[in-house]
Amino acid sequence: MPPVKIRGRAKKGTINRLLKQLFKRYPGRLIFSGICVVFNVIGNLCSSIFVGLVTGIVTRAIETKVNPFDISARIEADAMGGTFHLATNATILLIIMGVMYVIGIIATWGWNRTMALTTHEFLNDFRKAMFNHMEDLPVKYFDTHKKGDIMSLYTNDIDTIRQFISQTIPEFLRTTLSVLFCLALLIVNSIWITLIVVLCTIAMSLNTKVIGGISAKYFIKAQRQVGVVEGNIQESINGLKVIKVFTHEEESIEQFEKINEELRQYQTEANMKGNITMPINGNIGNFMYVLAAVVCCLLLVLPDFKNLTITGFKEMGNSETSLDAFLSMVTTSLMMCRMFTNNVAQLSQHVTFIVMSMAGASRCFDIMDEQAEADDGYVTLVNCNIDEKGNITESDKKTGKYAWKHPHKADETVTYTELKGDIILDQVDFSYDGKKIVLNDVSVYAHPGQQVALVGATGAGKTTITNLINRFYDIKDGKVRYDGININKIKKADLRRSLGIVLQDTNLFTGTVMENIRYGKLDATDEEVYEAAKIANAYDFITRLPEGFNTMLTGDGANLSQGQRQLLSIARAAVADAPVMILDEATSSIDTRTEKLVQEGMDKIMHGRTVFVIAHRLSTVQNSDVILVLDKGNVIEKGNHNSLIEQKGTYYQLYTGAFELE
Amino acid sequence: MWKKIKLILSSIREYKKYALITPIFMIIEAGIECCLPFFISKFVDTIILLKKPADMLDGSFNNMGLSVVWLIVLLIGLAAISLFCGIMGGITGAKASVGLAANLRNDYYKKIQSFSFANIDKFSSSSLITRMTTDINNVQQSFQMLIRIVVRVPLMLIFSVIMASVTGGGMVLIFVGLIPLVAIGLALIGKFAIGIFIRVFKRYDKVNESVQENVSGIRVVKAYVREDFEKQKFDAASDSMTLDFVRAEKIIALNNPLMNTMIHLSNILVLSIGSSIIFANSYPTTVIDENGKEVVNIVYNSLSIGQMSALLTYGIQILSSLMFLSMILVMMFMSLESIKRVSEVLEEEPTIVNPDDPIMDVKDGSIDFDKVDFKYFENAEKNTLEDIDFHIKSGQFVGILGSTGSGKTSVVNLISRLYDVTDGDVKVGGIDVRDYDLKTLRDNVSVVLQKNVLFSGTIASNLQWGDKEASEEEMLKALEHAQALEIIKNSPDGLNRVVEQGGANFSGGQKQRLCIARALLKKPKILILDDSTSAVDTKTDKLIRKALKEDLPNMTKIVIAQRISSIEDADQIVVMNDGRIDAIGTHEELIKNNKIYQEVYYTQNKVGGEQ
Repeated sequence: MPPVKIRGRAKKGTINRLLKQLFKRYPGRLIFSGICVVFNVIGNLCSSIFVGLVTGIVTRAIETKVNPFDISARIEADAMGGTFHLATNATILLIIMGVMYVIGIIATWGWNRTMALTTHEFLNDFRKAMFNHMEDLPVKYFDTHKKGDIMSLYTNDIDTIRQFISQTIPEFLRTTLSVLFCLALLIVNSIWITLIVVLCTIAMSLNTKVIGGISAKYFIKAQRQVGVVEGNIQESINGLKVIKVFTHEEESIEQFEKINEELRQYQTEANMKGNITMPINGNIGNFMYVLAAVVCCLLLVLPDFKNLTITGFKEMGNSETSLDAFLSMVTTSLMMCRMFTNNVAQLSQHVTFIVMSMAGASRCFDIMDEQAEADDGYVTLVNCNIDEKGNITESDKKTGKYAWKHPHKADETVTYTELKGDIILDQVDFSYDGKKIVLNDVSVYAHPGQQVALVGATGAGKTTITNLINRFYDIKDGKVRYDGININKIKKADLRRSLGIVLQDTNLFTGTVMENIRYGKLDATDEEVYEAAKIANAYDFITRLPEGFNTMLTGDGANLSQGQRQLLSIARAAVADAPVMILDEATSSIDTRTEKLVQEGMDKIMHGRTVFVIAHRLSTVQNSDVILVLDKGNVIEKGNHNSLIEQKGTYYQLYTGAFELE
Repeated sequence: MWKKIKLILSSIREYKKYALITPIFMIIEAGIECCLPFFISKFVDTIILLKKPADMLDGSFNNMGLSVVWLIVLLIGLAAISLFCGIMGGITGAKASVGLAANLRNDYYKKIQSFSFANIDKFSSSSLITRMTTDINNVQQSFQMLIRIVVRVPLMLIFSVIMASVTGGGMVLIFVGLIPLVAIGLALIGKFAIGIFIRVFKRYDKVNESVQENVSGIRVVKAYVREDFEKQKFDAASDSMTLDFVRAEKIIALNNPLMNTMIHLSNILVLSIGSSIIFANSYPTTVIDENGKEVVNIVYNSLSIGQMSALLTYGIQILSSLMFLSMILVMMFMSLESIKRVSEVLEEEPTIVNPDDPIMDVKDGSIDFDKVDFKYFENAEKNTLEDIDFHIKSGQFVGILGSTGSGKTSVVNLISRLYDVTDGDVKVGGIDVRDYDLKTLRDNVSVVLQKNVLFSGTIASNLQWGDKEASEEEMLKALEHAQALEIIKNSPDGLNRVVEQGGANFSGGQKQRLCIARALLKKPKILILDDSTSAVDTKTDKLIRKALKEDLPNMTKIVIAQRISSIEDADQIVVMNDGRIDAIGTHEELIKNNKIYQEVYYTQNKVGGEQ
């Protein structure tokens, strides 16, 4: 098999692609949410500004002895350096403040709800598109990707996209706006304080970077060790019975404790560093707060130390400047300090998360960009009637007989070929990766009703042959013909419908026993299902299950024994009733006696069918019409049991036990 | 549940001191965080005094300046202590929670090692693994949260309320009034949302399960051309899941607006009431009393501008810690499931334990089954084994034959006490197996299980499982007996040839032979091969049996096999059928008068017999 791909970082342009998809589908909702976010930010900022203004008014009111709540009164306030002329009456101010709040709250609700709904609708489509595309991918994709990696697309990776859309996008906008607004207000108020804030922010990000970096280093180490520990757990739990039999408990505990201790050390380091980042940043914030307050104080006390704002130097230290303006400045600045640092901290988290979620999104896009299984086939399988002379006419009713409908482009005629199950592999070469040859010049002729046994060691190419017949993989050179038709010309769906398959890995699906058997033929009646179960000799054990045919199977039929699962998968193939059967014999799950029962059933459905069997049992091999002995992709011997025994070649040695049958 | 939590927490052991000290640091940190606004308000008030017109600045200016300096020192000092506590709390919290998880993993691992086969059967191995990884990880996370944040948040709440009332103005009443409103709001949101979320997560699992089935069963899906069928199934599942998600999210979307409303409301109330109090205090108004006299309106509360801004901060702190609290409660609630799952394993009692006064020596390799009945589960209706009664002399070679589910494996599992009998008794060397020391018994009864497992390491390290001190010669000898010498001969690394996880780099037959060699190194008195040569070719199979017979004549050998050729030269053959012994005899006897045996024999030799 080709090498398994390793998960990597986000591809360039992932974020654009995701945003483009999102905007294309929900332009109105996104713009609406954006506007809501802006109002949300304004609402929150008003809080700080108005608190400052109210403080200023109250101070002035105390000096001028005018009740700040008396609507008819106007307080000659110099708040905000006279910028805000509204600031003349506390009642009016508070009413405006209330209105702004209400708008802010409605806006918050607006974007929270809209984005949540948009996210889930988008993800639903995204998930479905991904799954639908995955179903169309060739088997090769599944052979070259780890199951766990594919699974995590649907869990972890989609989850990061969910967070990205519902949280990160709006929050990123919100925090960016907040930071900008805060900065603007700070500059209006005092450039000195702005400088302090900027310096402290730099200190915080340095701290995050340095300690966070160390933490990340240990975190990676810890993750690696988690892998080691999990591997050990997996191995020892799966092999627990062996451990018990060998009374090896002490040793395995000892070994586990050692690697567990190593994990503890790494995790402690990683968590410790992770835990202290926050308090350090928080307290840099506290120091900043104090520093800002000190600066305010100095501005007041030192006559030569003047406040610098965007409009130039302002003197604070003499009695001419009003106290209320100063107080407004102090309160607002201090609040802005807090807000600024909080938002910067959040912003950095968002950036980290964007990197992470884009890696996830990139992996999802990767699978969507995979080439779907191509199907250029135009020969289809149709119901037909056959008269005594052998003339075939197409029928739209279920006739129980099938034919290949073969339209010829050249002369626009249509020919019909009866479905018989004649399979020919003609000088087939194949390689999975284009380098290592897996099949070399393999020719097999299987006439209708014949049983072909494939025998050989692991990696000899047995499974590959069956992979080619149902076109899980396409051949490199040579031809495969079904009833004389090159299978490349047959529509894949119709080709596969004409092939029954029983694999070693049984792969049942969540659902009832009935549904699992019916998987072979969706419109099968209950009677047909019972009949198939009887053929596969599964009927007896099914009726003994707690709820018979309605017993729910979960987790790949975990509540059944391996042999029972095997019987169900045979029943599933039996109900499909295809003229050609591909069987990958189970190595050891069904015992000889049950195997015999299965063989009897198989004999019944084999009648008139062509069978390819990857054989692990001599009894199966002996009964076959043709035995192919494969070695490293080459057919080294071909014939029936007796003729091969006479040859006294590899098969003979195999049969007499000089080789191992794998 | 409480018992389960206590059980989990009891694994803390040497990290208890860290677990206890962490909350203290966090409490101090929280306390300081609550004090800061208070002192800053003092600071602001002092500045206001400084700013009072210069003519008011008499001799007290110097004092005032001094107190400002003191306040600054105090503030910096507090921040420093808070920094120290924050860092220390972070360090000890990490040590405690990671330590707890590490101890839990050890305890869990030890527990599993003490399990009998019956215990193991109860849990599927994948569930045992997730419990040990994901669930213990969840416990670690929530424990860290518990000692670092959960103690801190309610204290933050209480401290803030206290500080707010100390700050004055009676404003604390506003907060006290808002707290129940927020609490009820959050509780309602939580109640409706959690219910839906639990359902959603189940559906989510289902959807993922369906993906998993498709990923691993893609060949089946494609072979039966069921792509569209699966797509429809998936689309329907995904749609219905989304519907539920949306319903939950609609409720959750109320969370932020609720919190904003409350915080804003408290701001407006504090500002309006606070401002009027401040104004009223500085300029006492007069009212006309009932006697028609003008008297000074007495305002009981006093408040300064600095204090007002401190109160605003407290308001936000109180309300946001409430929200934090609700979030944490939800997370803790979720981790209860993990605690339940981990403690389920820790609470499981091993069904087979060493007897009090164990016998430490196995005399010989004779085995006696006396009227043995056995069932795997106490409440099972039917016995798996019924009335098993047969005797094996030391050194005999015994074959067991029968169909799947006939009870062959169950019979041999009783010999090394992997399970205990339900009725009757099993004797080894004339003594009931339940009286032996477990290690002694299992060292003398060596079983090669049906499901062969090699462990990652080298061939030598795997062989040493049988005997830790085995010399190279002994290992080679065992490999030779198991006809496994060629496996190391063909490799330049010899005995040090690497074994990958699960022995994935060896073929089935090679694995089986290595497992037999491993079992032989124990030098047992009894060797049980449970279908252990199924993948070994008949010739090698014969050689193994020959080697065992000739080189280890005193060892009792029990062989379960599908192939008659593997057992036909046994001293006695036990034919099992449906949990009972159908017949016992030699090959010659059985071929004459046992139907099952004949049936199997003729199936296997239909063509071969012509040779």
